[in-house]
Amino acid sequence: MSEAPRFAPGSAVRVKDDWPERRGPCHIRTPHYIRGRVGRVVRPLGAFPNPEDLAFARPAPRRTLYHVLFDQPPIWQEGRPGDTILVEVFEHWLEPAGGGA
Amino acid sequence: MAAPPRPESLALLERLLAALEAKGIVTAAEIAERQAITDRASPKIGARMVARAWTDPAYRALLLADGTAAAEAMGVSMAGAPPLGVLENTPTRHHLVVCTLCSCYPRAVLGYPPGWYKSFAYRARAVREPRAVLAEWGTHLPEGVEVRVVDSTADYRWMVLPMRPEGTEGWDEARLAAIVTRDALVGVAVPKAG
Repeated sequence: MSEAPRFAPGSAVRVKDDWPERRGPCHIRTPHYIRGRVGRVVRPLGAFPNPEDLAFARPAPRRTLYHVLFDQPPIWQEGRPGDTILVEVFEHWLEPAGGGA
Repeated sequence: MAAPPRPESLALLERLLAALEAKGIVTAAEIAERQAITDRASPKIGARMVARAWTDPAYRALLLADGTAAAEAMGVSMAGAPPLGVLENTPTRHHLVVCTLCSCYPRAVLGYPPGWYKSFAYRARAVREPRAVLAEWGTHLPEGVEVRVVDSTADYRWMVLPMRPEGTEGWDEARLAAIVTRDALVGVAVPKAG
């Protein structure tokens, strides 16, 4: 699971609109406010053991971690246009959103 | 400040440490060394790194490319610490670090996180209305400056490289380091010459 990064810098990606916490005990590092949202890959940060497995002492395959950039609005309407949020997101939470950037 | 630990918590900790040692997972010496490293760490380390970056272009390049290597170049042990990333403030971009999920913080170079960094209020508001949070710190950015909130959600730890303020021309590293506060390294404040 630690092959070359799937997404290149600049790729448009959508964070999966998935809510594992509704299905049972879990440990996830993907904040709720970006699920289902489209952002842009800034760069891959390397591969790290999947925290979703580590937290339960299961074998933890390494997954590529990305820095993904989101625009403040529309995520938070309190934000000012032009402001941004930069979040670390694991590859298995991302899918192509098309378009590129 | 946090309340002192309860006796039953300390007793549980003692039993956990004994079990870890008995199973050969860690030694008492390793734990003591780690405690000493954590206790030694303080925002003064991050401030020295910033001051050096302000005066040494090669070090600045290293700091931005590989924060872990830049910390080690200052004599900081990063063994066992998460990788350190450094975020460069510019005339058009200001970074603010938060961990909305818990309290991830670059302890190796800033020491223990302050209470407010771990508070629900900061964690919720920094990501949602960062300019209102900055204003409460007295930090008002000029027009045309983008606020980039960095949500520290996973394996990296993040420190801000603030801009060197005007009025510090000719200052040496020690004098520069003295104006780089913990709050500036998190991004809620900016360094000032006066």
